[in-house]
Amino acid sequence: MTDIDAGGTRARLTLIVNGEPAEALIDARKTLLEALREDLQLTGTKHGCELGECGACAVLVDGEPILSCLALAIDYDGRAVTTIEGLASDGHLHPVQDACAELGGAQCGYCTPGILITAKALLDRDPQPTRERIREALSGNLCRCTGYLQIFEAIEAAAANLAAARPAPAKESR
Amino acid sequence: MSAGTRVIGRARRRVDGRAKVTGQTRYADDLVLPRMLHAKLLRSPHPHARIVRVDVSRAAAHPGVHLVLTGDAFPIAYGVLPVSHDEHALCRDKVRFVGDPVAAVVARDESTAADAIELIDVEYELLRTLASPEDSLEHPEPRIHDYGDHGNVHKAVALQFGDVDGAIAGADRVFDDVFFYEGSTHLPIEQHAAVGAKDPDGKLVVYSSTQTPHYLHRALAKALDMPAAHIRVVATPNGGGFGGKSDPFNHEIVVAKAAWVLDRPVKICLTREEVFYCHRGRHPVQMRFRTGVTNDGKLTGLDLETLLDGGAYGSYGVASTFYTGALQTVTYRIPRYRFRGCRTFTNKPPCGPKRGHGTPQSRFGQEVQLDKIAEALQIDPADLRLRNIAPPDSLTANFLRVGTIGLAECIERVTARAGWREKFRRLPPGRGVGLACSSYLTGAGLPINWNDLPHSGVQLKLDRSGGVTAFSGATEIGQGSDDVLVACVAEVLGIDPHDIRAVTGDTDLTPVDLGSYSSRVTLMMGNAAVQAAERAREILATAVSARLDVPRDRLVFAGRRVFDASDPATGVTFQEAVCIAEAQVGTIGTTGSYAPPKSAAKFKGGGVGPSPTYSYSAAVVEVDVDPETGWIVVPRVWIAHDIGRALNPTLVRGQVEGSVYMGLGEALMEAQAFRRLPAKLSHALVHKFPSILEYKSPTSLDMPEIVTDLIEHPDPAGPFGAKEVGQGPLLPIMPAVANAVYDAVGVRIDEVPITPEKIVRALAARAAGKPARVGPTTFPAVDWPEPLLVTPPWEGGDGRASNEPPKKRTPSHGVDAGVEARAGVRR
Repeated sequence: MTDIDAGGTRARLTLIVNGEPAEALIDARKTLLEALREDLQLTGTKHGCELGECGACAVLVDGEPILSCLALAIDYDGRAVTTIEGLASDGHLHPVQDACAELGGAQCGYCTPGILITAKALLDRDPQPTRERIREALSGNLCRCTGYLQIFEAIEAAAANLAAARPAPAKESR
Repeated sequence: MSAGTRVIGRARRRVDGRAKVTGQTRYADDLVLPRMLHAKLLRSPHPHARIVRVDVSRAAAHPGVHLVLTGDAFPIAYGVLPVSHDEHALCRDKVRFVGDPVAAVVARDESTAADAIELIDVEYELLRTLASPEDSLEHPEPRIHDYGDHGNVHKAVALQFGDVDGAIAGADRVFDDVFFYEGSTHLPIEQHAAVGAKDPDGKLVVYSSTQTPHYLHRALAKALDMPAAHIRVVATPNGGGFGGKSDPFNHEIVVAKAAWVLDRPVKICLTREEVFYCHRGRHPVQMRFRTGVTNDGKLTGLDLETLLDGGAYGSYGVASTFYTGALQTVTYRIPRYRFRGCRTFTNKPPCGPKRGHGTPQSRFGQEVQLDKIAEALQIDPADLRLRNIAPPDSLTANFLRVGTIGLAECIERVTARAGWREKFRRLPPGRGVGLACSSYLTGAGLPINWNDLPHSGVQLKLDRSGGVTAFSGATEIGQGSDDVLVACVAEVLGIDPHDIRAVTGDTDLTPVDLGSYSSRVTLMMGNAAVQAAERAREILATAVSARLDVPRDRLVFAGRRVFDASDPATGVTFQEAVCIAEAQVGTIGTTGSYAPPKSAAKFKGGGVGPSPTYSYSAAVVEVDVDPETGWIVVPRVWIAHDIGRALNPTLVRGQVEGSVYMGLGEALMEAQAFRRLPAKLSHALVHKFPSILEYKSPTSLDMPEIVTDLIEHPDPAGPFGAKEVGQGPLLPIMPAVANAVYDAVGVRIDEVPITPEKIVRALAARAAGKPARVGPTTFPAVDWPEPLLVTPPWEGGDGRASNEPPKKRTPSHGVDAGVEARAGVRR
């Protein structure tokens, strides 16, 4: 038996995902979350509600965090999407991934991709965020395991590591 | 605290850390198998109704639908406890709560399945809704279940240890207080998911986000009437559990059956709304504490009654009921004690085990009452508790054997750190501090399925690669069980945790472990792992000793080497040691097993509460309360936890802070609450807000500063001295918040959640000259059974009840789980 969508509502979706062009013929009703997980096999992005309530599905679109469960995939045709799979580069974890693993920022790990995506967006915007800024940035990402404190500390450690790795003038300007 | 150890006690990156931060951990819904289909469940819109007719013809004819199942496909009942096998994967004759599944559709994709369940026609005959325990006590008919003690009472238990009435009558003061603890749910961020498939060899395999693959294995064998040896259950890493994934679930059995019938993989992932219906969360509990004390603050006796709102099924409820009365005597020395607990069925999602299982509710009552007692006797609440701590290595009134007790040190540490003596009753109006304590089991001493088998097994494989694989049935739910497993093995064998591959939670590949619940894994799996590793070390040491001509007891395993302690240069690498041994004795594999010591309690009901050892916690919570709005801010929490020994302090701290977080959620906002639909609709009793947005839980903005102290005095029962940490630290938080609110604004909120609205109400009551209190005023009348009479150990008791007929139970092993189940359900 052939599975053909009764409504014939298929659409071609082209994205730049984690720096690489990706193309799929998708059900036009799908969210970006579903297209990433089901059509592009990028299951690192999670879902906890599919209603925009928990933050587990956060991805970056052109560098800005969005909730992919509330985004219609075809609205993002041609855009650059960064998922958790794209955070590490050249075989090295991003400092925020590294710190999160090291300092207990991930327990069950299910909210972790959304948290790390949100944290990366924060650090890109504000390389030395205060604890208050971190709290605000993560206020849309629910974590049931950690009590958040080790996540805050991981982001602060990542900020310090990133600062240490940057050229000296940038560091001194802080 | 890492003297003499190289892995244990050191803060380390957990072994599964990399997978989790790269998105590579494979949770159940991440699995995609060739030719996989998708399932959806049709759930009841009525809280209590007879199923008159189910017509699936339109759904079955819908394009893309492969299978429609109803209750007819599931004639055999199952459940986690042998005494309450009261669930069918799909309801057969009646529905018992809004959300009870009635039919399932398997289709080419989720949206087709979702469309098709709308095409199933179900005719219901509505029955009276039993909305509360009072309802269920008042109306024995219609019965929600045709088993249980009577009417809609699932279970009523009564235990008495000594002449408690005499103890209370003879006390200088008697305190009589009622409390209510609202239900709450686990809210794991991962929605439950499962994939059923037929393996190429024709056997059934189920992948699921379950904390208890062993119990799911048993339930599948029974419900599907298949040999357990032909079923494989793989517990995928859980995206949070907290007790909510400990029952075998209907959706797991449905996808197993569908995959079996269709010979194709079938996946289901619940929506968030459905997760609220799965529930098995905190029981709402009404409590009455009658406590006798001397004028100098010594407890003389406690008479405790609890009434549990069980929801629609048994789940772990009989155990939950006993747990509401089990640990009062473990936390404090209570010479005489009576406990009476009653669990009612109601037409709501079933309650079950949530972090702390049955004990946080009565912990709340006891700790708030102690605060009142301290005030009445003008004793500092910390001193009052210090006067009532039980001696270590002793039996309690209810025959629980307590090992090490670090509670006094917890209280002293936490009060010193918090500046308790300077703050209590001394902070400006609106600010306050509250203290509370707790104890918790480190693993249930008795198994759910009564038998003499090990509770946890570990196998090790060592080969010439130098690689070590550790196999354990324990389930990684985020708590770090994989890390504990490899840490224990690495410490014994002198290698790095990352040298070891953990294979866990797979009933085909790994020896049985009973599951990730009751804070049992670190102690039980850890002890089994140590035993397996010590046996492997013996094999290697024997072989290396012969090769190097060094006495075995002089060999040291450290730094990936095996060497002579008196001449470290003489040695071999760990890999060489394995090769030498493999050449000498052949393939190297070892096993380890753990079973807890026998319980001292011989009376019926004494099986709930025993543990190899107990953890202790003390917490001070500081609050700022706005007297105008009642708004509560918690700026700081100090907590000290008696853990015996922290195997990996990074993970231990995470468990403590996560417990504090979850406790604050329960104290301040979380509520699994229900409402009636308007009469013009169905007037049905429905969940008030089955969504993450409206079910309020603390966010990053709500988290206080937490000061954590670990009290480390190794306990001989635990691996390297470790006790539990996953649940105990949650317990003191809720009462400490309540006690802090009283310190801040002088009103007693004798129930959770403690909301601004309740504070304003209590302040208004005080202003009107009424009692400055919000909470229940009476405890419902329950028709209690005659208590089993057990004489406390210090009055010469032997752990038996004087008025109980002799037991006629025979141990049953895994193979005949069905027999005990049938015996347990009286139909």
